[in-house]
Amino acid sequence: MGMMERVAVTSDQPLLRVEGLTKRYGSRIGCADVGFDLYPGEVLGIVGESGSGKSTLLSCLAGHLRPDEGAITYDRRDVLAMAETERRRLSRTEWAYVHQNPRDGLRMGVSAGGNVGERLMAVGARHYGGIREQAQDWLGRVEIAADRIDDRPAQFSGGMQQRLQIARNLVTGPRLVFMDEPTGGLDVSVQARLLDLLRGLVRDLGLSVIIVTHDLAVVRLLAHRLMVMKGGRVVEQGLTDQVLDDPQHAYTQILVSSVLQV
Amino acid sequence: MSDYNFAYLDEQTKRMIRRAILKGVAVPGYQVPFASREMPMPYGWGTGGVQVTAACLTPEDRLKVIDQGADDTTNAVSIRKFFQRTAGVAVTERTTEATVIQTRHRIPEQPLTEGQILVYQVPIPEPLRFLEPRETETRKMHELEEYGLMHVKLYEDIARHGQIATSYAYPVMVEGRYVMDPSPIPKFDNPKLSDNPAIQLFGAGREQRIYAVPPYTQVVSLDFEDHPFVASKADHDCDLCGAADSYLDEVITDDRGGRMFVCSDTDYCASRRAEGHVGRLGTDERAA
Repeated sequence: MGMMERVAVTSDQPLLRVEGLTKRYGSRIGCADVGFDLYPGEVLGIVGESGSGKSTLLSCLAGHLRPDEGAITYDRRDVLAMAETERRRLSRTEWAYVHQNPRDGLRMGVSAGGNVGERLMAVGARHYGGIREQAQDWLGRVEIAADRIDDRPAQFSGGMQQRLQIARNLVTGPRLVFMDEPTGGLDVSVQARLLDLLRGLVRDLGLSVIIVTHDLAVVRLLAHRLMVMKGGRVVEQGLTDQVLDDPQHAYTQILVSSVLQV
Repeated sequence: MSDYNFAYLDEQTKRMIRRAILKGVAVPGYQVPFASREMPMPYGWGTGGVQVTAACLTPEDRLKVIDQGADDTTNAVSIRKFFQRTAGVAVTERTTEATVIQTRHRIPEQPLTEGQILVYQVPIPEPLRFLEPRETETRKMHELEEYGLMHVKLYEDIARHGQIATSYAYPVMVEGRYVMDPSPIPKFDNPKLSDNPAIQLFGAGREQRIYAVPPYTQVVSLDFEDHPFVASKADHDCDLCGAADSYLDEVITDDRGGRMFVCSDTDYCASRRAEGHVGRLGTDERAA
């Protein structure tokens, strides 16, 4: 599929380095001993069945959960040792988090423009006209008509809500984006358009992305590298095409072969 | 006198409230939790303000109580009577003579002076409440000074109404640190919060919070560069005293569209009329 030609790795320093990350829920494990490097401009897919620990892993990485063991280094800074102030500043400037359900990531009582503008105002934008202009620009980039800027997300379709959530996250120009099943719950044609949009944005903005999904088609289209998880552990990782076309681990083989061919 | 302890509350309770007040004064705009007591009045009638007033009163104090600027409304009259009965303190309707003023939703027009204490009754102390319902989260936002959300509210106002339509409980930034709800005073009163010589104390009984603005503290109303804060009022003069600079109430006088505008601050209006100022519908008090 020529995936490699899209790899826009510009630096030999990883943007995010994860080592031996473990999160336990009592005696059960959420995820165990996960480690990887993510380079600038790279998209890493994490796949696995429900309960395989991929969402736990993403929450640990994004700072929503505190891992029990391991180390996370972002841009040479130790994320786990960081003061909360600094971590939260990171998560509203350089990081972004796209929730599976747009209702979790949007303020449903606030207009689309306000939703997109929130991160700008959070980092100190105080010019109404400027904020509105940027919101308008971003709505355009995610294909939401300009005259919907004052409508609330509740009046939007599921696909539009998800696109709005993406605009709201990308408006401050983050470097690292976490996505939790961004296409979940959308019908296939809407999914396809969203994927197309995401692919364009990732390429144009040079984003590093960690995308969690159980949909192999999504990672096939978006991800440069792939990590397969089962029972909280990484069972296989490598280049996306390599893993999907020549799966080595028994579980990956089942996963790949259980995709329905139409 | 009566069988009540001075100013109704027991000494330990007053001590506890004073500690909260002192902490509030030390950290301007910060909401200090306190163990609010049951008071012999319903929540929403000023239980927080009454407790703060009770903790501040001394036998030598002279108390004034206003409700929406008026000394003669039910809430003001009953709270004033309450302290006359339980503390035996002197009371007054004159802003200049009072040492402690308990207020609901107004700041007196007459500039306050050093040594005066202004006690506000606060229904909802958390300015971020309607944007972020989780108390754990709003506390974190105050802690980390994450106040972007407050501007989202103002943004929504402009997007929907073309201007900042919030006209009361207009959020302010205290001394460049805490965003504070100034209680539901009209935004006309917001500029008076800043650099005020009096001590301003805020009590929220149901919500169990006390906060304070010490004298000469900088209080800035939030706004946008291209939509600056405006302290608005009805575009009229007072119909009784002719004042052009005071906050006005609109009073419907008949069912044929008749109306008049009068000062909401009754003491201010009365003292102006006593000085001989006459408005559109007023009569000269000195002649009467």
